[in-house]
Amino acid sequence: MKNNTLYTFLVALFMFSSNSVFAASSASGSSILNLALWAIAILIIFFLIIQVSDNLIRIEAKDAGIDEKNKAGLSLFPSLSGLFSPKMPDYVGGAPVHILKAGHDIVLEGAAEKTIRSGAATTYAVLPQNFIGISPIPKVTVAVGDEVKAGDVVCFDKKRPDVKYVAPVSGEVIAVNRGAKRSIKEIVILADKEINYKSITPVDLATASREELVNFLLENGAWAMIRQRPFGIVPDAADVPKDVFISTFDSAPLAPDLNLVVEGKGAAFQKGLDVLGKLTTGQVHLGLNAASDSAPSSVFTNATGVKKNWFHGKHPAGNVGIQIHHISPIAGNDKVWTLGVQEVITIGKLFTEGKFDASRIVALTGAETASPAYVNTYQGANIGALIGEINENVRLVSGDVLSGKEKTKEEFMDFYDDQITTIKEGNEYEMFGWLAPIDARPSVSQTFLSGLADITYEANTNTHGEKRAFVVTGQYEKVLPMDIYPQHLMKAIIVNDFERMEGLGINELVEEDVALCEFACTSKQPLQQILREGLEVMREQA
Amino acid sequence: MGLLDTLKRIEPDKKESPFLHTLFDGFFTFAYAPNSVAKGGTHIKDGIDLKRTMVLVVLAMQLCYVFGSINIGHQHFAALGQYPGFVQGLHLKLAYGLVKLLPIFAVTHLVGLGIEFWYAAKKGHAIEEGFLVSGALIPLIMPPDIPLLWLGFAVAFAVIIGKEAFGGTGMNILNVALLARVFIFFAYPTTISGDEVWVAGLAKPEAGAMVEYGAIFTGFFNPLFEALGFTSLFNPEATVIDGYTAATPLSLAYQGGWENVTRVYSESQMWWGAIPGSIGETSKPLILAGAGILIATGIASWRIMLSMFVGAAVMAMLLNAWDATPFMSVPWYYQFWMGSFFFAMAFMATDPVTAASTNRGKIIYGFLIGFVGMIIRVLNPAYPEGWMLAILFMNVFAPLIDHYVLEANVTRRLNRAQA
Repeated sequence: MKNNTLYTFLVALFMFSSNSVFAASSASGSSILNLALWAIAILIIFFLIIQVSDNLIRIEAKDAGIDEKNKAGLSLFPSLSGLFSPKMPDYVGGAPVHILKAGHDIVLEGAAEKTIRSGAATTYAVLPQNFIGISPIPKVTVAVGDEVKAGDVVCFDKKRPDVKYVAPVSGEVIAVNRGAKRSIKEIVILADKEINYKSITPVDLATASREELVNFLLENGAWAMIRQRPFGIVPDAADVPKDVFISTFDSAPLAPDLNLVVEGKGAAFQKGLDVLGKLTTGQVHLGLNAASDSAPSSVFTNATGVKKNWFHGKHPAGNVGIQIHHISPIAGNDKVWTLGVQEVITIGKLFTEGKFDASRIVALTGAETASPAYVNTYQGANIGALIGEINENVRLVSGDVLSGKEKTKEEFMDFYDDQITTIKEGNEYEMFGWLAPIDARPSVSQTFLSGLADITYEANTNTHGEKRAFVVTGQYEKVLPMDIYPQHLMKAIIVNDFERMEGLGINELVEEDVALCEFACTSKQPLQQILREGLEVMREQA
Repeated sequence: MGLLDTLKRIEPDKKESPFLHTLFDGFFTFAYAPNSVAKGGTHIKDGIDLKRTMVLVVLAMQLCYVFGSINIGHQHFAALGQYPGFVQGLHLKLAYGLVKLLPIFAVTHLVGLGIEFWYAAKKGHAIEEGFLVSGALIPLIMPPDIPLLWLGFAVAFAVIIGKEAFGGTGMNILNVALLARVFIFFAYPTTISGDEVWVAGLAKPEAGAMVEYGAIFTGFFNPLFEALGFTSLFNPEATVIDGYTAATPLSLAYQGGWENVTRVYSESQMWWGAIPGSIGETSKPLILAGAGILIATGIASWRIMLSMFVGAAVMAMLLNAWDATPFMSVPWYYQFWMGSFFFAMAFMATDPVTAASTNRGKIIYGFLIGFVGMIIRVLNPAYPEGWMLAILFMNVFAPLIDHYVLEANVTRRLNRAQA
């Protein structure tokens, strides 16, 4: 550190002296320019002297241990980040905030109105392929025609028979649909009018050992609620996570407001947090939004037994992967768990109510949705039933437009999703569309004048260009607030260099984190797909 | 959609005539943004694509094109002692400039795009837009009297060896436009260096030398301008005036320092660009306007531009301190008044494919271009300008810079695991 400062000083001195030699040699002209240069040079040398002594003070303070908390405390200068950071809202209460500069909010039409309707879906399904790494043909323990209760096991993976996947609702199993290569695509349940729950006797959280707790969660379908990083898979029952991370806000386009979702479910949420706290040797981290106008729900801010981390930034600040990177990045062979807020509530209700309650509040969004609002339904609901009538040439997406999956009306919501988006297909030619588009379109680049205005976009699915080789550089870094070089990581994946992949941080990412990079990509490269291929390679290596 | 249907009907078959199909596809996707929809990944895509990016760069250099065409004529008439004001005889200067510039532009694009189309057809992929920018840059960095055959050789060399051999757009290591120039620089040095080549249409830049007007001037433009009522016409009897020198500011500075330059050119003349030089690189304000467009739209990296400026300034200051030759003693800030620094900074160094690709790497890359380029300009005895060679040199080193930046990232991650 000292060496660095000294070095900088010497270089600066050298530059200055060369400068002064020049100035002396041409001072005969005594022009204003020369005088100004002299003045600037003198100012710079004074500034450098002050800066160097200031650094020395700080180093001394650090060595003496009196400057631990407030890094700029003894300095003459206010810290740069302190000067230029946006003012934090009052509800943060002066707590430290992670300010994320990179990112971009895509503002689309069709945000859900803040009212909750009851969902009218009659069929629900468990989709085994939602769980990454599950064998294509898991063991289905129910047959068509069987009656199941909510919480009854419907299937498990033969490679990992301890992880049970359970029915979200009670009713009759009406179909086991198969997809490509006879893989099990969906196990469809026709729901009862009144949901019957399998009665569950929860273990006592205070006295149960970790092993008992894990077995209880495995047996009752709660284990699948947890996802592990790296890879975004359902964790192995034997693994103990370093930490558990829960993001309490979703910054994706048209994403549901989790403050609304969690209303009145504080007890179950807190119980879920307590359970997770028992499962990790580290800490349960909540990521809270410091960029919103209003304070997060008191359910989040009053949660106990957790560490609260505030984040201020644009999308993808709400992605749990970004938050992990800034709280306690995944390193080496670390494994951490992530959960969604509603999954935590489901786990909590196992203990508070003794039942597997897979109810979900789902946001119906998008410009093509008749009346965008929230709907109270269950995991794996039929999409057509929730969304109602839609026009032709409209795409249905389970999830958000960046990382969701395309679905038909007959298909079902994915396991971890809490949002359905409708979006117009853009399968039309447009004359000189690349140069002078007729309608405003969202863009991370500053090449559209509409970017200067505050526009709510009605986007469509057109690719707005053809796929090309990587040409433009630096554009992914603008929308990924992590110390990661996405383009180089993608190239490492493409050439299958797994040492490099690991070194460049593939284990910190899942698809949703690079989704905004994929959106922004000038060359229209399929980054999420490339990343998943890389993650699969890494998983095989592990 | 009548036009669209007609175009779709005449689309050549891909298997039977791949070249025609590629050609059609290239022009069709230029006229119509395709109807492809996002599959498998994000469901919406950014409005920007490579065409838009590249065309914005081309648009940013249009001011240089306008100024360059007039300046070709202006320099020509300055040698003859006619129309000393920049806008005097504008129709003649413009006509003269376009007669010189358009063939260069046409040859560059015929050769370059022809090769691009042929490779695209051969490889069966769509035509990539890289040559839009290279093709627009190459005429701007050539002397106005460049023999067209050699220009064609240079462009073919740059596109085939420089780009297609490496896999096409996005894969090249060296800047394609500069490669074309450096080819001429080493293969036909007399056409692109020395004092004689920067002013068009003179047999020799010596007093009394005759002007060379082709039939297009005397047989086409003169009658045309006469019919339009102009009194000033091309004068085939004109000769180069006494005391005229076609030397560029840089070669004057090399011979006798800043005083020697200001004897011939005023500061504002050099700043605004009414001086001999390559076609598009003389006018600093117009280049900076283009650079401003590139920075405002975020297409070119401000990091490279800024650090290149700093690098050049630091080296110039060090040379000032050394002060061994007249050229070294030129005040460092006046170095930016001369030569093609700003053009290289705005349009050449910022090429994203050949520059360093990490943000930190870009700062180092830009700084070193500025630093090395100034060394070449001032210390090289044969050729007083350095940006072309400095940029090509740093193009080669850009992957190495990136490598160390990435290694640092990897090491940070490893250290975290050990902590």
